[in-house]
Amino acid sequence: MIKINSKNVDVFYGKKQALFNINLDIEENQVTALIGPSGCGKSTFLRCLNRMNDVIDICRVKGQIIINDFDINDKSCDVVRLREKIGMVFQKPNPFPKTIYENISYGPTIHGMAQSKNEMDEIVETSLKKAALWEEVKDRLHEPGTGLSGGQQQRLCIARAISVKPEVILMDEPCSALDPIATAQIEELIDELKKDHTIIIVTHSMAQAARVSQNTGFFHLGELIEHGSTDKIFKNPENKRTQDYITGRFG
Amino acid sequence: MNLVIFIFIVLLGFTSYYFGRKKAYSIQATNTRLTALPQFYGYYLAIWCAIPAFIIYSLWAIFEPSIVKLIILSDYSNQGYLDDELNLIYEKTKSLSRGQFSGEITPYLETSAEKYLNLRSIAQNSKVVLILAIIIASIVYGYKRISSNNRTREPVEKFLNAVLFTASLAAILTTIGIVFSLIFQTIDFFKVIPLFDFIFGTHWYPAKAFVRDASEPLDPSMYSDTFGAVPIFAGTFFIALIAMCVAIPIGLMSGIYLAEYASTKVRQYAKPLIEILAGIPTVVYGFFAALTVGPFLKDIGTAMGLEVSAESALAAGGVMGIMIIPFISSLSDDVITSVPQGLRDGSYAMGATKSETIKKVIFPAALPGIVGSILLGVSRAVGETMIVVMASGLAANLTFNPLESTSTITAQIVVILIGDQAFGDPKTQAAFALGMTLFLVTLSLNIFALRVVKKYREKYE
Repeated sequence: MIKINSKNVDVFYGKKQALFNINLDIEENQVTALIGPSGCGKSTFLRCLNRMNDVIDICRVKGQIIINDFDINDKSCDVVRLREKIGMVFQKPNPFPKTIYENISYGPTIHGMAQSKNEMDEIVETSLKKAALWEEVKDRLHEPGTGLSGGQQQRLCIARAISVKPEVILMDEPCSALDPIATAQIEELIDELKKDHTIIIVTHSMAQAARVSQNTGFFHLGELIEHGSTDKIFKNPENKRTQDYITGRFG
Repeated sequence: MNLVIFIFIVLLGFTSYYFGRKKAYSIQATNTRLTALPQFYGYYLAIWCAIPAFIIYSLWAIFEPSIVKLIILSDYSNQGYLDDELNLIYEKTKSLSRGQFSGEITPYLETSAEKYLNLRSIAQNSKVVLILAIIIASIVYGYKRISSNNRTREPVEKFLNAVLFTASLAAILTTIGIVFSLIFQTIDFFKVIPLFDFIFGTHWYPAKAFVRDASEPLDPSMYSDTFGAVPIFAGTFFIALIAMCVAIPIGLMSGIYLAEYASTKVRQYAKPLIEILAGIPTVVYGFFAALTVGPFLKDIGTAMGLEVSAESALAAGGVMGIMIIPFISSLSDDVITSVPQGLRDGSYAMGATKSETIKKVIFPAALPGIVGSILLGVSRAVGETMIVVMASGLAANLTFNPLESTSTITAQIVVILIGDQAFGDPKTQAAFALGMTLFLVTLSLNIFALRVVKKYREKYE
């Protein structure tokens, strides 16, 4: 089933066009990987999906992105509600300078999701359990989140993202700042999370894309060159540029 | 003459730089590898040329006068003069030799003056000769030492290190000197006025100390109830409080606006405009407070049926607050801007609005810096002088009514030290005691600020 449907998406930074006519459908409850060389626009596209590009003054987005039969670029779209539905995990772990507990309770608090302290405790516990971090931090929930290791911090950020029960989770190179062990843990987690969430991951590691995703889109110079099932893209790409990139001939 | 010698040494220093470098180049030209770049050899020779000469020059300047004095006064020894009288004779000799003496000229004095002039010219000539000799000797020595395997980089670097160290030492020694002069005068003050009276007395009336005839012996009892500093401590903190009530909210909010809400264009113009406030001399703020704000408040107060003094704490404190706004706004703007963009993104991506993000994520993260900027503002407020002197009066009333006039530590120091001063008088020393108090308060504020910043840094990083 299609979760996100993007039609003719163009993105401009000032006068420079960064994305050209992107048409990409994202399958529900699957992992979609976006690959491509640096500066190809894959992160820009990811940030279109929860309107994070609004934060950048000079950025303009054209075209339609339809989620649940609703165009998120429409004027009537409430960004706060949208971002509640579509969570995001960033390249560099960015826990807030607060305690572990407060990091998780942040989203539920601003969206008024818990009526009592007990409910909040429960949300925090489930989120941390889902992010496979509970066992490591359950005794120090009230210590600063910034005191955790890099991998733990990134899982904390994932727990923070899932605390508001988003339908989609966007991940922008979530493992690029982590060591191989922490990377393996996150990848395992992604596999687990796709039961409840639709996941879109931007990655520079082709091996990672092959390991975690069911669908893959290849971006180059602001264009979506090819997309389809990961198996097909990696084993039998149609486009020559895709093949060159995957075999490591450029990028 | 001294200036000529000085310029001569400097010029020679430059010249020897070129000669040192030239020799290094010529060594290099023979395909020999040098241990340092050629200019290091230049610096090396310049240092050799200038430093020994300057050392001799300064030693000479220090010792010459006392040696000349010893020689002149040796003629008068065994004649039963007291030390003071000898000093007087020496001073007379000096002024006679300059042709500025107007008293009675004795033959003795005339001989001494001639001898003095003679000695001075001998000293001057031998100084020039000695310094020239030293320069030549040290240049020759240094020039000979320039060779391919002689190390010049290390001595030059060490010399630079020593110069920089001396510069920082000068700043530190000055601070220590100021503190010591404060301490000794303060101790003298508290020998006459009991510490208890100073800290807990509620009457500050230093004008009373003017009455004393300097020839009479000091009687501590006449100062009772004169130097009770409570009213001016209270005034200082009260005015600083009013100033901070103005400066913190306005400064902080404008800082947040500039950092988070203002577009690049607005920020580009607004920030320098706000910083202009910091460039206005405090004396201008002073008469703005005294001549514009003070009467304005009085008019409003009168219209409302309140009794407002033309020199009110409110006018002084309010204007002082305006003066402090740019410190707080500019510093907190910098701190907020330096909060990592990742934290903002993280919060926005959770669906937080801008104000929620600022309140819950950015403000706590920037808090140590913000507290630092506020405490900096407080020490400005406590140390501010001109505005208070001009706008809040000089009478030290013990009051917490912002509409009345009150006075501060700094303003009272001004009052005490305007006009002729008698050293060793409790009235003058009171200024040192006040200065010491102010110093201690500012110091503890700074220490406190550092601790706060450190504590939050541990928590947030």
